[in-house]
Amino acid sequence: MEPLTWTGSLSFLNLFFALAVGVFTIMLVGQILTSLFASEQPTSIRSDGTIATSAGIGGLANFALKVTFIAVIALSAVYLLAGVVMGTNAGIFGGIAQRLTPVWIGMLVIFVVSIKLKRSLGLYGKLFDSTVGMIGFALVLFWVLAGVMAGVFDLIVTHDSLSQASGMKNKLPGTPLRGAEDGEFQWYLLGGDNLARDVFSRLFKGAWTVVLIAPFATIFAFMVGITLGLPAGYYGGRLDTFLSFAANLILAFPVILLFYLLVTPEIVATGIPNYMAAVLFIFPVVFFGILLNSRYHTQPAIRTPLLIVVLGALVWVYLALISNEGYIISTKEYSILGLPQILDFYDMDPSILVVFVSVVFVNAPTVFRIVRGLALDIKTRDYVAAAQTRGEGPWYIMLWEILPNARGPLIVDFCLRIGYTTILLGTLGFFGLGLESESPDWGTTINTGRTLIRAYIHPLLPPAVSLLTLVLGLNLLADGLREESLRD
Amino acid sequence: MGTFILRRLGQMLLTAICLTFIVFFMTNLLPNLEKLAKTQGNFRMSEEAVTSWLGDRGYLAPLPYKFGQWVGVVPGWVTEKIDDDGVTKVTGRCFLPNTHTQDRSRFCGVLQGHWGTSTVFKTNVDGLVAKRLAATGKLMGFVLLLMVPMALIVGVLAGMREGSKLDRTLSTFSIASTATPEYVSGVIFIALFASSKFGISPLLAEWGWIDTKTLLLGSAKQAVEDATFRNFFLPVLTISLYGMGYIARMTRASMAEVMTAQYVRTARLKGVSFRNVVMKHALRNALIAPFTVIMLQVPWLLNGVVIVETLFAYDGFGRLLVQAASNNDIELLMAVSVVSVIVVLVTQLISDVGYVFLNPRIRIS
Repeated sequence: MEPLTWTGSLSFLNLFFALAVGVFTIMLVGQILTSLFASEQPTSIRSDGTIATSAGIGGLANFALKVTFIAVIALSAVYLLAGVVMGTNAGIFGGIAQRLTPVWIGMLVIFVVSIKLKRSLGLYGKLFDSTVGMIGFALVLFWVLAGVMAGVFDLIVTHDSLSQASGMKNKLPGTPLRGAEDGEFQWYLLGGDNLARDVFSRLFKGAWTVVLIAPFATIFAFMVGITLGLPAGYYGGRLDTFLSFAANLILAFPVILLFYLLVTPEIVATGIPNYMAAVLFIFPVVFFGILLNSRYHTQPAIRTPLLIVVLGALVWVYLALISNEGYIISTKEYSILGLPQILDFYDMDPSILVVFVSVVFVNAPTVFRIVRGLALDIKTRDYVAAAQTRGEGPWYIMLWEILPNARGPLIVDFCLRIGYTTILLGTLGFFGLGLESESPDWGTTINTGRTLIRAYIHPLLPPAVSLLTLVLGLNLLADGLREESLRD
Repeated sequence: MGTFILRRLGQMLLTAICLTFIVFFMTNLLPNLEKLAKTQGNFRMSEEAVTSWLGDRGYLAPLPYKFGQWVGVVPGWVTEKIDDDGVTKVTGRCFLPNTHTQDRSRFCGVLQGHWGTSTVFKTNVDGLVAKRLAATGKLMGFVLLLMVPMALIVGVLAGMREGSKLDRTLSTFSIASTATPEYVSGVIFIALFASSKFGISPLLAEWGWIDTKTLLLGSAKQAVEDATFRNFFLPVLTISLYGMGYIARMTRASMAEVMTAQYVRTARLKGVSFRNVVMKHALRNALIAPFTVIMLQVPWLLNGVVIVETLFAYDGFGRLLVQAASNNDIELLMAVSVVSVIVVLVTQLISDVGYVFLNPRIRIS
């Protein structure tokens, strides 16, 4: 079988595409340069009092810029749609576009529904008023959907992410699989890596690792930061001094040194990550317990059953998370009994646990500082004074008065922090810490690929570009959210 | 101001002691010590051999005692051992074997200026760290030279006409640069500029524009002694790019704020040309905020330095950190963490003091 080319039978479009992109870039640069030096448009005041400017050359250039931009977008859409229909006949891009069909459908549905209902969806709906925010959201959504579909439903991937095929070592993108069976996918769309595994399948399996760990680690870091930052800012005094000192202490560590100290097999053997997990994972339980209790403690008839149900479930999840095979901590010398295995519905892989814990540990102090700063600012507001006069308890004021009013900056920071966590996960992989060496996550793939960087870049570039687009998407999303939340 | 700095210095000292103790604790955990014994001795050592190896070298003493030895307030360990020939052999932390009893010093720690020996490199830690720091200093110097002007120019250009096409383009560029960690941009740059098979180098070589195989080098190993544009530009660019975006965005925000200020509007209405308003009125006030950001960015750069030095095989301080940490080289790692903690804390102090100094509206309470 012939190896695939990048665009297959659509290659007659390539010339037009290159032309459109080239013209667009030249026009954009030219327009920016002239805007630096050119004086403003001459204006004339008409007799009815309105001001008019002639479109002139600038206006013409503007129009041409728009046209070429639309041409670029339209041609990209043609590649994509033709790819979905024609599959590998439209080359590697076509094949990829076809494999990603469920993601396109998902994105289309979510976008159409969200734009239709955007006035009734609050801050999320307002996101669709800003172009930057929409682009960011689209990028993030793409990776979330791709990660979930590849990781949970096994949809996008063409081959097993760990199995090696003979003769596919370091093969270029589009190489046909030697001796492929009937039901099997015939090509390695993005080539094979140095162990003859499919780069394309590993890319999307790796997306699942990232999409799974990064948001959850960020949520836990926020729970820790909020639960400690609110009292530190609200009460001040000794508590604040102590907690701030501890936070600054962790922040003074170079992150990579901290990772090297925390994420090694020797440290895992001492059980320290398990202790840290036991401490860090308790914060969500404490947070929700206090949250509900402070709201409903005046109505015991609602409070007691509510707390029993919620806390019961949370404690169960907590115990299931921290105990592995019946033990919370099991080292050579001693072990602490945990949840019995019958009730333990989720065994966290120890290597994922240690990565998760260290990422939460690194992020929590920064969140603490942000929340503390916001609490210091908001506690001087009138509505807090009103609540104090009303006789509300301190935790009610912190969680139901201060926290909701701090949500804007916190949501923005949450998006940025998921991006930062993604970068941290990549860093861990880059130094070969934590996750196993055959793990398909992006950082590890970059780390294994860089040894052969001068000979083969195709196993290396896809994870690098993916990480870049995901973090870029999160940053743009945060930017869009910030703009929209500042508007009101 | 004086008491403020003194208090900050006290806080810094406390932080540094706590941090070094944590590092000491983590590196002295038993599994780590066993690994050290096995890499230094041999990999097939029995449990007893490991214990005696560690015991002879004072590793099994209680933790505070060992930390005291490192600081230099507790006398160093001394082991007397009778070997097979019946000769008593005395080894110790503070003297070479076969030193006469009178010549043995009792204390040797950081306070005495003794930073210990590296188990990986078999040399004195202080000399090694100083040499590597000089190499990294060179890298950082070039990074700052490239990054700061680039970031300020981008930020000022973007912020001077908020919402214009120039602003949009430059803002997107700076967001993209903050979203590209060093290990991603470094890989992409190597593929583009330093590969004989991909990117622009084969094209340039074909056209005869370059005599060598690649335009730039993907390894900065030679740059420690002899830095040239060819072997040093990529690492410098990689670090600068990641740090640049953030400073540029801060500068842009600050510039945009200044451009809407009353006095700028007054100057505009008075008929001062746009260029003069930007250069003479706005710029100076807009550059206060970026100063603190640049200082706070230095510890951040330290992370980038570790990644980039590993990626480009540049023998600097960052690579030393990785080598020390991955081999559990205790005394080297202690020295490395002391230095990096000092860098972090001193830059924080400079940024606080500098902010107050530059901005007379802020008074320390």
